[in-house]
Order: sequence, then C-alpha cells, then structure tokens
Amino acid sequence: MSFSDSPTLEVKDLKTYFFTKGGIARAVDGVSFSVGRGKVLGLVGESGSGKTVTGFSILGLVDEPGRIVSGEILYRGENLVSASMGRMRELRGLNISMIFQDPMMTLNPVLRIDTQMIEAIQAHEKISKDDARQRARDVLGQVGIASPDERLRAYPHQFSGGMRQRVAIAIALLNKPDLIVADEPTTALDVTIQGQILYEVQKLCSQTGTALIWITHDLSVVAGLADDICVMYAGRIVEQGSVNSVLDNPRHPYTHGLISSVPSRNRRGVPLAQIPGMAPSLLKLPKGCSFGPRCPQVTADCGIIPNISMLDKGRQLRCHNPLDALVSPKLKD
Amino acid sequence: MDPNAQKQSIVTINQISKRFVKSLDLAGRIAQRFGADIREEIVYAVDKVSLEIQDGEVVGLVGESGCGKSTLGRVVAGVHEPSDGKVLFRGQEIDSLTGQDAQAAALKIQMIFQDPMSSLNPRMRVQDIIGEAPVVHGVVDSKDITNYVEEIMLRVGLDPSYARRYPHQFSGGQRQRIGIARALAVQPDFLVCDESVAALDVSIQAQVLNLFMRLREELNLTYLFISHDLGVVEHLSDRVVIMYLGRVVEIAPTSELFADPNHPYTQALLAEVPRLETRQRKFAPVKGEIPSPIDPPSGCHFHPRCPQASARCREEIPVLREIAQKRFSACHLNS
Repeated sequence: MSFSDSPTLEVKDLKTYFFTKGGIARAVDGVSFSVGRGKVLGLVGESGSGKTVTGFSILGLVDEPGRIVSGEILYRGENLVSASMGRMRELRGLNISMIFQDPMMTLNPVLRIDTQMIEAIQAHEKISKDDARQRARDVLGQVGIASPDERLRAYPHQFSGGMRQRVAIAIALLNKPDLIVADEPTTALDVTIQGQILYEVQKLCSQTGTALIWITHDLSVVAGLADDICVMYAGRIVEQGSVNSVLDNPRHPYTHGLISSVPSRNRRGVPLAQIPGMAPSLLKLPKGCSFGPRCPQVTADCGIIPNISMLDKGRQLRCHNPLDALVSPKLKD
Repeated sequence: MDPNAQKQSIVTINQISKRFVKSLDLAGRIAQRFGADIREEIVYAVDKVSLEIQDGEVVGLVGESGCGKSTLGRVVAGVHEPSDGKVLFRGQEIDSLTGQDAQAAALKIQMIFQDPMSSLNPRMRVQDIIGEAPVVHGVVDSKDITNYVEEIMLRVGLDPSYARRYPHQFSGGQRQRIGIARALAVQPDFLVCDESVAALDVSIQAQVLNLFMRLREELNLTYLFISHDLGVVEHLSDRVVIMYLGRVVEIAPTSELFADPNHPYTQALLAEVPRLETRQRKFAPVKGEIPSPIDPPSGCHFHPRCPQASARCREEIPVLREIAQKRFSACHLNS
C-alpha cells in the first residue's frame, strides 16, 4: 500500500529545555525528524537521552519548569508549538494520541473501562452513548480482548498487566488517529504479550496509514518493527536513517557501541563490548560532543559540537570521526 | 562434551513445591459455615520442581511473569521455606543441618536482587552494607574490615574511595555492583541472580553481564540466573530451564535449546524474542495469556494456548522425561 509523500509529522530543530534550580537541562537540543503515513519511526536511546521529552513535546505535555524554547513541530503543515491550548485539546486523542509505558498511569483506577472509553469518544464527536459504546466494544475486540462486552464493565485493576496495556492502546486507537506516539509501551510486558501488541500496531499502521513513533531503549524491538530509526544521546540525535542502513552499518561510535552491547547469538559466552562510563548528567554536559568522554574515536576536534552531516539515502550523522563501513559489526547470520 | 559433566552437583532441588495460601478470615469462615461457596485460595507458585546444578555451571531460569521462577530462586536461596521437598547443598539436606553447619551452608548460597534501590538499606554507608555480614559471620576480623571491603569493591569495579557514601549517591549500574559486592563479601559458592540486569540500560547491562562472567572465572562461582530476557540467558548460561505456571517444561543445554526447542511453549517463546537480525518482520498473534496460578488449567498447563493440544493434554499431566542426552521435556507429543 502506498500513501502520499507529505509527512504526517515533521519536527524541525526542536529544543525543549528545563529551567531548574541547578541550571538549564537541555533535554531535547536541536532534534529534527519526520514520519510519513503508515511509517514507523523508532526513537532509541538510554535513560536520560531525551526520547520521552521529545514525545511529550509533540503532544504539548511538557510541564514547568520545562518549555519548548524553539523549533517547529509540524502536524500536516500546522505548527503545534504555537497552537493554542484549545487546539491542542482538539488534536490530542482525535488526531494524535499517546501510549505510555505504565497503563496504570493512563487509566483512571476508579472509573470503569466503558466510562473512560465513551468519554474519549464523546469528547471529540457528537455521538450517542450507545453508538460510542458500540465503537468501544469493537476496538477492544480489535486489540485482542476476549468477550469485550463483559470486559467493558470491568475496572482497570481487574485486568492483568498485558490486558491493561491493550486497553490503553485501544483508547489510543478509538478515534483512528493519524499519529501515535508510543513511549516504551511493551517494556514492562512479557515477550508473548509484546508479540501480540506489536502485531496489533503493525496491522494498524499498514491498514489505516497511521504514523507511529515508537520510543524505546530496546534496539531489537525497533529492528523488527520500524522503517526508520533515530538514535538519541544526551538530547541530540546522533545518527538517523533507515533501520537496515543504521543497524547493519552504524557510523556513529555510540550506535556501534549500543549494538555491540546487545547479547547476540553470534557472540555467546564472549565478553560483550562495553561502552565505558555512563551517560552524563544533562546539567553537566561535557564540552563539545557529549559522547566524547566515552568515545574510543575521540580527537581534539570533538571539543566542538559536531554538525549534522547528510549521507546518502537520508542518513544523517553527528560525528567528527565516523566509523567507516569496514569497522562495523556484521549482524546478518 | 560438557566439561562439568563429571563434577559433583552443588545444589540439588528435589521435588520442591511452594504453595501460598490465603486463609479465610472470620467473616469468611462464618459465611462458609452457612454454606457460602468460598474456600481458601491456594496459589501453586512452584509445583514439584527437581533440578541438579553442577559445580561451576550457569543455569538460566526462564519464564514469563507469574511462572514461579523468582519463588523457586528464593526457595533455593533460603528466603522462602519450601512447602514440600528438599534443597540439598553439596549432598547435604539444608533443613537437617543445625548450628554452625546450617549457618555455613546458608552463607555459601547468596542472592542478588532485581532492584538494588529496594534491596540496599538507604541509611547505611556502602562500607557497612558490604562489611556488616563478613564481620558478623566471622569471615574477616573486624580490624581488617576496611581493607577487605576495599578489596571487594575493586573486584566488582567500584572505586574504594566511595566506601563512605550512601546508596542514593550512586547510579543504577553502580548500585547493582554494590548488591553484587554485598553478596560476594561472605565468600559464597553459589549465587541466585533474580532479574539482576533487567532494570539497567543496555550499555550498563553489558558492563554488569561482563562482570558476572569475569567473577565466575575468578572465584569459580555457580549461578542460578533468573531472567525473562532470553537474549541475556542465551549469552550467559550453560543450561536453560524453562518454567510455565509453576512447572518445569523443558531443560536443555543452551545451544541445543535455542537451535531446536522441543516443548511447544519453548517454541512459542523463542519465536517471540526480538532480535537485531530480524528486520521488518511480520508479527503473528500468540493465542491467549498466561492463566492465573490460582486456578490453573487441568492436565498440561499450556494446553489452552498450545496449537498441538489433544484430548490427552487436557486430562493427564505430562512428566518431565529425558528425550535426548541431557535434554528433558514435559510434553505428551514426545511419547
């Protein structure tokens, strides 16, 4: 299936800073990417890399002391950074929805599932309660919940963790959004449940053309699901491109380090390549390239923040001393 | 093939069961007397599990949440008493030991937990967290403790100058190292690691996994490594045990298990593991979820989700049988 070329979402040079007592934390510092209809973008990074704040910025959910300082978030050409609160309310849940890591955070524990789902439909549409319930029932069935009629009358605590996450996903799907931002939705789940959920979202993207941003720290999930990938480190995207090109031939030393630290069947029992040290605090970032102190390729040039360089086929890279193709590990069996 | 084959077993788990009973309160007992249909809720967390672990071996224990893997680990580590069955350490029944012998055996089996923040006392300095147990148990003299703690901290990759700090002053990976140091301080032979790297970032996880492998070489340790992450288990273990709803469904040497899983549950589990090498895959839905251990399905626990289930699977519990050398599986399809 092919969709029109104009991207559903375009983020341009987004900067979201947190103005704390300890100083300015540049959680998102000049991030640009775009997602097209029916495409899946994997946003990968470790804790504190700014991937969640990027997601929150798109939905307009950044709270004090955080603020979007500059940049544009274009949803079908409309800039969400300058959109009014009222306009954001219209868009959220109808055109853009979010799935959070912890479904207990999304679901209200004292309301039944049907109340919460019908509310989400009626907030955006003049529709009778019965019709809304009918749609809620259909969507619950779609995400693989058995006997949806009975389950609609249940409270969140009566569901298991995997079922709860599926309810949260069902609520995100209710109004057939154009864009879903999913923030580590399967991290807390078992692999078989994760497989069920990946199946549902994959079906949704290919059938309805929903664009999906999948935020995760798990490279192997992104490898199977996404079309494109952005690797974030300390608030900046260090490398981006198609999944195959980035994972088969990582050019940034951080991407390379991340891939080599994942246990893989080819290297069983052999010590894993490890990235020395740990991610820096956003309040005390090193000068120049933030990865410099942990980087095996570091040179004097790295004292200056590297610019984004464009490679072929939409690959982008932020590094003074990129690895060449030969150094990279061969992953294919 | 296996160099550990001739060695003696360090820990033998013999028909261990662990039941958790939620007994009726007064109101419940009265209601029951008047004929209400309520009874005690019994969770069969671990159901007649037997396992032998050889000296120097790394055994990976895998299963989904609620399958009883953590409970089994805790029974082995002596945190929980088993409801039935015995745990033998170097051939001796741990329950039958008394006094000094019992204490010595308990010290030799240590446990490392998932969340170091909730398993380290936030009000104790690192030097006391690591140093308390070896002094109490007479492993080292109290006047040598500073040097001893320093030595252990170096061994797990912590800077000894941080010995006077508190746990909250460390990062997640460092805290996990403190947990490992505390376990090592009493010079154990056997470590039960319960999801010990699950909460860590990928690059930190690699560091801690490498530490586990280095310590195993240096100190000749044996691990029972409990994890839901098959990638980690595949990397680290010599042998893998797969559990489902309290029962062991398959035991096999790691490479054989991943190359040729026998039990339908193992096959389903392995098919779902995301891998870096698989791109743009078509995900397929897996049937159902893990049922509640309060009311498990009859016969083979896996039959409601099993694509190959027959009438026999609903009635008869399959026993764990040897299907090839060193390979065990509990499935009726093998007979």
